[in-house]
Amino acid sequence: MKVLTANRLSDGIAVWYADGGWAETVGHAEIAHDKGAEDQLEAIGAAAYANNEVVDVNLIDVEVFDGLVEPVRLREKIRAAGPTIRTDLGKQATPEAIGA
Amino acid sequence: MYRYDEFDQDFVHARVAEFSDQVQRRLAGEITEDQFRPLRLMNGVYLQLHAYMLRIAVPYGTLNSKQLRMLGHIARKYDKGYGHFTTRQNIQFNWPALSDIPAILADLASVEMHAIQTSGNCIRNVTADHFAGAAADEVADPRPYAEILRQWSSVHPEFSFLPRKFKIAVTGAERDRAAIQTHDIGLHLKKNAAGELGFAVYVGGGQGRTPMVAKKIRDFLPEADLLSYCTAILRVYNLYGRRDNKYKARIKILVHETGVEEITRQIEAEWQELKDAELKLPEADIQAINAYFAPPALTDRPEGDALVKQARLDSKSFSEWLDQNVVTHRHPDYAAVTISLKGIGEVPGDATDSQMEAVADIAEKYAFDELRVSHEQNLILPHVARTDLKAVYDALVEIGLATANSNLISDIISCPGLDYCALATARSIPVAQEISRRFASLERQREIGELKLKISGCINACGHHHVGHIGILGVEKKGTELYQVTLGGSADENTSVGEIIGRGFSSEEITDAIEQIVDTYLGLRLSPDERFIDAYRRVGPAPFKEALYAGETKAA
Repeated sequence: MKVLTANRLSDGIAVWYADGGWAETVGHAEIAHDKGAEDQLEAIGAAAYANNEVVDVNLIDVEVFDGLVEPVRLREKIRAAGPTIRTDLGKQATPEAIGA
Repeated sequence: MYRYDEFDQDFVHARVAEFSDQVQRRLAGEITEDQFRPLRLMNGVYLQLHAYMLRIAVPYGTLNSKQLRMLGHIARKYDKGYGHFTTRQNIQFNWPALSDIPAILADLASVEMHAIQTSGNCIRNVTADHFAGAAADEVADPRPYAEILRQWSSVHPEFSFLPRKFKIAVTGAERDRAAIQTHDIGLHLKKNAAGELGFAVYVGGGQGRTPMVAKKIRDFLPEADLLSYCTAILRVYNLYGRRDNKYKARIKILVHETGVEEITRQIEAEWQELKDAELKLPEADIQAINAYFAPPALTDRPEGDALVKQARLDSKSFSEWLDQNVVTHRHPDYAAVTISLKGIGEVPGDATDSQMEAVADIAEKYAFDELRVSHEQNLILPHVARTDLKAVYDALVEIGLATANSNLISDIISCPGLDYCALATARSIPVAQEISRRFASLERQREIGELKLKISGCINACGHHHVGHIGILGVEKKGTELYQVTLGGSADENTSVGEIIGRGFSSEEITDAIEQIVDTYLGLRLSPDERFIDAYRRVGPAPFKEALYAGETKAA
């Protein structure tokens, strides 16, 4: 399972592709379950990059817990939450947003 | 300190205008990321895990109050209320929006600061001894030479696209506090038998995935030849340095592959062509730059001795802070103060907006408006009258910056690691925090004595782990963080690269392993005067390996 992630051009904030747009949290990111879906996401990412919406576009491995998407690698978990040493910063600072 | 002349100020303003235009064009989609990336890097803008990061140059670590106050203002207005002081004496902000960067750079330019050449394959911020101008053991202030190098290297057309980045450090004392032997060029300002100033020149030091101690290629270079000789070094590097593999592109690899004798011959030959031409520094120019660094007028304040003596009796914590964070000044009535940014359990090198402002106030009131950033990620007040030490201490206590741990085990250098950095493979800050908490007792830390512990979250070694007495390198192995320990490194006048002690440790094990190493040292040192590094050099790795791994060998 993979989702599409990037950083928003204007402010660099980490975003994930969901519901036809870029969400600031990973929880409801659109999941690619097969190669075809991955290719589709990659094409969306390439278009968004070319359209100067986002930079550093990547497909990342994820799992689903309680209906919410969670990245597999620690690096991506930290991107999705915020610095582990400053839980008052990043997405984790507003936990309701993550579940939203 | 150095003040911008009209040329400097115009240049920085022009660069702000140029980059602001580039940012606007990027945001408007007129230029692509591939076109923009090298431009933003030339102006200190990186993309990290959570957001952009802006690295601001603090030339040779020297700041005044107005500048530090501006950094506090930027932290509050454009970032999330804090900044991170780095091992290159710079400061990084972790959360700026690209759209705000033009405004930040304009604010910086208003206090003679910028972010130029804090990234890219160019000559980076020249670093210097953080006690420069104050140290009792100094031959001369190294900063005027660092400033001359800054002027020479800023947008130098020949050296703006080197094979790789290039770092120069300068010290003015025998005791090396600027880690010059870990730099591409290390300069040791000294006097010859005739009393003339010049430099011992070291080349080819560096850390990263291939750590190398710099080689001394000249014992004495007259000061007038500084730029011609550095140009000769850079020319040889620019011509022969590898561009086929970024991991082999630093000058340390060229020095290693060419051999010291041959590369010295090449540099000397190149220098013969340059030394008597326009790069020779006129004495008047050296004097003019020196004048900017004239020390403040330090009036005699002999009453400090009695006041300090009484204050010591009144307060144990003040007395401990004096012992640990205050060093001798070249003027007997003054001292240089280290403001630790390593509070127990805190993030090494981080300071809040209000702390920056408060420190700026202290510097203005008690320290002739002068501040330094040390490569060990602390702040320095270089000139404080001993009479004022108690007042400075009390003011630091109020803002939580009076931790008395300079040079002790909790005075840890740590890179941002995987909590922020896109290159990192493991977290480093949480490891630093846990070790700091484990050794929180100042009594215990002082019993251990001088111990330089340095942590990097990837092989690029921004946390200087190779030259820590104890070094920790975080890597990713099978999806989890693993921490390798090196012992015996140092970054002083006897620079050495630490040796990997054995298998790595998980994040749960690493603090116990460090404690075991420390306990082993305490058990084998000849006396409390034998520092960890001296004991390690005497006994080697065996007792430490035994303490860490003996059980495993037996079990196996």
